[in-house]
Amino acid sequence: MTLDTYRHAFQRFTENGGGSPSWIRPLREAGLDRFVRAGFPTRKNEDWRFTNLQPIATGEFRLLDPPEALPGLDALRPYLFGHEDWPRMVFVNGRFVRALSRLDGIPSSVQLLSLREALDSQREVVEAHLAKVAVNAPSAFTDLNTAFMADGALLVLPADAVLEHPVHLVFVTAPGAADGATHPRTLIVAGRHAQATVVESYVSLAEQRYLTNTVSEIFLEEGARVNHCKVQLESEAAYHVGTIEAWQGRSSHFESFSFAMGGALSRTNVYTVLDGEGSHVQLDGLYVGHGVQHLDHQTRIEHAKPGCTSREIYKGMLDDRSHAVFNGKVYVRAEAQQTDGKQTNRNLLLSETAKVDTKPQLEIFADDVKCTHGATVGQLDELALFYCQTRGIPLSDARTMVTYAFAADVIEEIQTRPVAEHLEALVRERLERGSARAE
Amino acid sequence: MLEIKNLHAKAEDNLILKGIDLTVHAGEIHAVMGPNGSGKSTLAQVLAGHPAYEVTEGSILFEGQDLLESEPDARAAAGIFLAFQYPVEIPGVSNAYFLRAAYNEKRKRQGLDEIDPIDFMDLMEEKLSLVNWSSDILSRAVNAGFSGGEKKRNEILQMAVLEPKLAVLDETDSGLDIDALRIVAEGVNSLRRPDNATIVVTHYQRLLNYIVPDYVHVLFGGRIVKSGGKELALELEERGYDWVHEVAA
Repeated sequence: MTLDTYRHAFQRFTENGGGSPSWIRPLREAGLDRFVRAGFPTRKNEDWRFTNLQPIATGEFRLLDPPEALPGLDALRPYLFGHEDWPRMVFVNGRFVRALSRLDGIPSSVQLLSLREALDSQREVVEAHLAKVAVNAPSAFTDLNTAFMADGALLVLPADAVLEHPVHLVFVTAPGAADGATHPRTLIVAGRHAQATVVESYVSLAEQRYLTNTVSEIFLEEGARVNHCKVQLESEAAYHVGTIEAWQGRSSHFESFSFAMGGALSRTNVYTVLDGEGSHVQLDGLYVGHGVQHLDHQTRIEHAKPGCTSREIYKGMLDDRSHAVFNGKVYVRAEAQQTDGKQTNRNLLLSETAKVDTKPQLEIFADDVKCTHGATVGQLDELALFYCQTRGIPLSDARTMVTYAFAADVIEEIQTRPVAEHLEALVRERLERGSARAE
Repeated sequence: MLEIKNLHAKAEDNLILKGIDLTVHAGEIHAVMGPNGSGKSTLAQVLAGHPAYEVTEGSILFEGQDLLESEPDARAAAGIFLAFQYPVEIPGVSNAYFLRAAYNEKRKRQGLDEIDPIDFMDLMEEKLSLVNWSSDILSRAVNAGFSGGEKKRNEILQMAVLEPKLAVLDETDSGLDIDALRIVAEGVNSLRRPDNATIVVTHYQRLLNYIVPDYVHVLFGGRIVKSGGKELALELEERGYDWVHEVAA
C-alpha cells in the first residue's frame, strides 16, 4: 500500500464524517502529514531494528466498519475475567457498542464515555489532553492513529475520586474483518489523588488477518494512582501495534502490565515520563510466543524530576520458531537527582529455534542516581525436569510446571486478582499444549 | 526387590560403573561406601534414570521388572525414590504445590481421586512432624534459597510423603551438622518397614551410627570390591580407603 493510498483513505474517512468535529481536524491532518512524510519505519530505524514491518507496510488494510451482526455477550464472556459486574466498555471493530457495555457502578463525578461522544460533548478535557502525551515520542503508528482514530474510551476522574472496580475496555474484532484496520484511542485523566484500575483487552472472535493500531494516553496528576493492564489476545494471523503513554505528576504512582500472547506480529510500546518529584512507576510484562509469532516490546522510562523511582520486570517464554524483542530504555535527565531505577528482562527459550533480542539501555545524565539493569536468556533447567520426574511427575507435566514457574512471579505482580488468575490459566493451557507436543 | 547384575554405565565417554552386582531384599538397609570418584553417586543416579548416564552392559531388575527400559517418572511410580546429593531448586513452584502434584500422581496410579486440600494439609502435618518441621516450609519455593541442611530435610519430607519401596539416599549426610543429621536419620528410620528397603550411599561412616545398615559394600573403581556387615563400616573408618585399595589390588 503506497502512502498516497493513506491520503485517499483519509479523504474518504473525512467525507464520511469520520474526521468530525471540526476542531479536531487540524490534529488529524497534522498526524496524517507526519505519517505520510516519514512513512512506516524500516529496520534501519534503531527502534525497529529487530521487527520487520513489511507485512503491515505492504498490507492493504481498509478502515473497519461495525459488523452487520453484533456478537452477543456470550461470545465475550470468556474474556471478561468472570466479572461481568465490572464497569465495561465494549468496542466491536473499533466502535463503541452500548448494548454490550455496562456503564453503571461508577461514581457520578467520574466520566466514562466513548471518545466519539467525548469529542463533541467533552471538548475541553479532550482538547487539553489528547495527543499531548503521545507527542513526545514521534511514531508513525501514533500519527496514523491520530489521523484515523474513530472511537475509544475517555475516562476522567476528578480529584480524590476512587474507582472501586476495574474499568474494563474490551476491543473486539468480529468475524469477517479480514484485511480491516482499527485505530482505537483511549484517554485517561486521573485528577489529584484519584485512583483507578483500567484493563484493556484486545481479542478476536475469528482467526483472521487484520491490523489493530491502538494508542492510550494516561495523565496522572499529583498523587494519582493508576493501575493499567493490557491483555493482548489478538488472532494469531493479526497485526497489533499498541502504544501506552503516561505522564506522571508529583508523587503519582503508575503501574502497567503488558501481556502479549496473540498476534502474528505485535508491538507494544509503554512510555512514561516521571515529571513530578517523588513519583513512582512499575512497568511489568509477560510475552508468550509459539509458532512463528513475533512479539516486540519497547519501554521507555524518563526520569525528568528528582527523587523518582522506577521498577521494571519483563519476562518472556518463547517456543517453536517464535521471536521476541525487548528494548527497554531508562533515561535520567540531568535534573533528576536521587533517581532510583531497576530494570530486568528475563527470557526462557523453550525450543532450539525460538529467538529473542533483548536490549536494556540506561542513559544517565544526572550524577547522584542508583540505576541497575540486566537481561538474561536461558533454557529450561533439564535437571529440574529430571528432579520432578524422580518424584513421579511425568515429563510433560514437569515441563509445564517448571516453565510456568518462570513466569509465576511476574504474573503475581498483577494487582487485579481475577486478571492474574485468568492469565495464569491461559499461560498454563498454552504451556500444556507445548509440553504435550514436546513429548 | 532389587537385583543389579554386571552393571556398566558411562557418562559421555567415561566408563564409570564397571560391573556392579548388588541384591537388595525387602526390609534391608544397604550402605554403599567408597572414596570420591568410585562411582557411588553414579550408581544412585543410574537407578533413578538420570539421562546423562548410559548403561552399556548389565541389568537392573526391580520387583522382577526391567528398570532400564523405564523413564524416571515410571521408576518413581514403581516405588524408587532418590534423595539427591544436590537437591534441585525450582523457583516459582511452592513446596506444597510440588508435593501435592507428586502425591496426586501416586494416587492417580492407584486409581484414587486427587486428595482433598484439607486432607492434604492433615497429611502434611503428620509428615512434617517426622522431620521436625513447621508448615512454613510448604509455602516456600522448592529448595530455592534453602540451606544445605534444609534441602536434605526436604528430601526426607518428600520421601515421607511418597513412601517409596526403595529409597536411595545419595550422600544425604554431606553438609549436615550433627543435629540435622540426627533429624534426617530419625526420619529415615521412622519410615522403615518390613516391606521397604534403603540404600545409603555415603563417604563417611558417621551417618551409619544413626541409620544402621544390614550390609556394607565398598565401591572402588566402579566395582564392589568388598561386602560385609555393619562392622565393615567401622573398619573403613579406622583404616581408611587405602586399605580397600590394597585389598582390591
